[in-house]
Amino acid sequence: MHKKWLTAAAAVATVGLLAACSTPSEAPSDEPVTITYQVWAGTQTPAMQEIVDAFEEENPNITVELQELPWPQYWSTLQTSAAGGTAPDAFWMLAQQIKPYAEGKQLLDITDAIEAEGVDLANYPQAVLDLYDQGDGAIYGLPKDFDTNAIWYNKALFDAAGVDYPTDSWTWEDFRTAAKELTNAEAGVWGVAAPIDYQGGYYNSIFQAGGQVISDDGKTAELDTPEAIAGIKFWTDLMADGSSPTLQQLSDTEAETQFEQGKIAMYLSGAYWALKLYDNAEIRPNIDVAPLPIGEQRATVTSGIANVGYVGTKHPDEVAKFLIFASGETAANIQAKAGAVLPAFKGTEQTWMDAMPEFTNLQVFIDAIEYAVPLPVQGNAAEWQGLQTEFLTPAWNGQESVEDAARKYTEAIDKVLAEG
Amino acid sequence: MSSSVVKPVRQVRRRTGFAARTDWWAYAMIAPAFIGLAALYLWPFLSTFLKSFMNVPVFGPGEFNGVDNYTKLIGDDAFWRALGNTALYTGIVLLGIPLAIVFAALIQQVSRGRAVYRVLFFLPVVTLPVAIGMVWRFILNGDFGLLNWVFSLVGIPGQYWVADDRFTIYAFAVVGIWMGLGVNLIILGAGLQNIPVELYEASSLDGANRVRQFFSITLPLLSPTIFFVTVLTTISALQMFDLVFIMLGSVNNTAIDGSKTIVYLFYEAAFVQFKQGFAATIAIVLLVIIMAVTALQFRLQKKWVIYD
Repeated sequence: MHKKWLTAAAAVATVGLLAACSTPSEAPSDEPVTITYQVWAGTQTPAMQEIVDAFEEENPNITVELQELPWPQYWSTLQTSAAGGTAPDAFWMLAQQIKPYAEGKQLLDITDAIEAEGVDLANYPQAVLDLYDQGDGAIYGLPKDFDTNAIWYNKALFDAAGVDYPTDSWTWEDFRTAAKELTNAEAGVWGVAAPIDYQGGYYNSIFQAGGQVISDDGKTAELDTPEAIAGIKFWTDLMADGSSPTLQQLSDTEAETQFEQGKIAMYLSGAYWALKLYDNAEIRPNIDVAPLPIGEQRATVTSGIANVGYVGTKHPDEVAKFLIFASGETAANIQAKAGAVLPAFKGTEQTWMDAMPEFTNLQVFIDAIEYAVPLPVQGNAAEWQGLQTEFLTPAWNGQESVEDAARKYTEAIDKVLAEG
Repeated sequence: MSSSVVKPVRQVRRRTGFAARTDWWAYAMIAPAFIGLAALYLWPFLSTFLKSFMNVPVFGPGEFNGVDNYTKLIGDDAFWRALGNTALYTGIVLLGIPLAIVFAALIQQVSRGRAVYRVLFFLPVVTLPVAIGMVWRFILNGDFGLLNWVFSLVGIPGQYWVADDRFTIYAFAVVGIWMGLGVNLIILGAGLQNIPVELYEASSLDGANRVRQFFSITLPLLSPTIFFVTVLTTISALQMFDLVFIMLGSVNNTAIDGSKTIVYLFYEAAFVQFKQGFAATIAIVLLVIIMAVTALQFRLQKKWVIYD
């Protein structure tokens, strides 16, 4: 009896195995497949869901599960899940985070898929592609969006102080003067917010002054050059003038929030705030945007989120297909229409601007591509960027000269870069 | 071979075989517990211990680098600052225990609705930490916080409690005490209920007042519970991490460098800087500190804890 049952069971199992083996070779692309797509939570989620829906419609056999994580946990969760072999199949990546993942061979190489699908890389801003280029000949992902920086300003506060709106020919001096004139301590209004912010802040002015953050060979920091110091002084001068809330005030209530509360006249930041500001009906009519002021030259740093895949995925072909789609033209148009973010795919900028018709000068973000430089992300960028508060706070508070602070910070970055 | 030689051997063999079989059963019975323990506690501990002597990238194998991590940690100013912060925080949070004892004794006096008070004090324990962080950030905000407003009424100048590293540790400690009060109250309350009522009755016949009773009966008989609560509070205070994270709001907070605790350093090394070996070293050093402090507490308890 026992033996018979066993034989029967074995037979069934064998047939099952054979069936399982034969299916993929017959129709590999029709097998239902589920992949996961992880993003951090924010205003972009509805647009991401729309992109997922559009992709599923085109590929009925592939189901994409959109997963949201809060920003503070995003990187630690991703890192742990990748090390444990359970990372999501597709996920958002930032240029300052990609290096350990690429070096650790955790990312899916989609170079072949890009070639097979005939993706033209010329459709993406070169500066952003360069950010994700790990120098190993592989393409791990395509940018889904990009950002440049500009001056967001509150027209009502300019009117109240009788100051002319920023123009595209504003110099640093014009900016500093206006910030001073706009400040009204009694009313709790400041001309500008000057937090220690690399992406929206002092990196831009360092490049505007003709300096750079990291040397061309990527091995040393150059924050202690006269040009870079001038770029940092742009910010510490604003602080010394009293044109900005103190760092403590900006820690308690972040610059962006204070700007939305109508307490700050000028806030230097990226295109990624557009939708949030537009959605704030109370402040929307007062908001406009102008190019960053000119130092020795025009400059803004640029970066963007890339869609990348996990090397351990069970469905590499489907994931590659999804990644290309999610950074492609259809997806770009969905993002643009939602106004979620400035899409990286060229030719969809107008749609993005049209999504927020009351903001009439969004073109400045697109014009800025001409003079944009890639965000410096050499080496273990997350680590050395994380040291900025420690080293630069004394300079911002006026307790230490910018020269001294910049020199110490440069030495600290050099140490991190030397560790590789 | 003669049978007379074989026999005893066989007997011995059977006996060991039988003995081994009973052993086997015993091991089998504890295996589920042991495997769980080994997989969830022993292995992570061993692996952390080994990693503390290694340079470990996020992905892939690491390589041994001797005591480099330890020398680097000891030479790191940030570590000593974090140690100081952690010690200060722990010291202040321990002041919450006398507070908890007083509250527990007061609640014990309440004849009706005792449970209501316990629930009220316990609420912070079951509240979402992020929500707690948001509420306290609002209370402690330098520009329009509730605390500074109250202070302004009595003429005390306001401060940036969660944005100035001269004050952040104290702010954490206040919230830490507030969060820990509920659990301590429950444990101490249970301890109070174990004290025989007859002792109070007898002492009041002898003319002892409430205060005298508290110091002569309640405190001594509660001392084992107080000791237990002290050990638990110390350990969890030494491991404090979440308050830094939720009360400073973001890593851009200008007070962050003066406010880090040991576990925050660990988090930063492991998850921001991708240095797992160095992070493991921090974890091991903290473990040693906690063991030393706990051992010291057990040594000292002989002087003040009274068991029946």
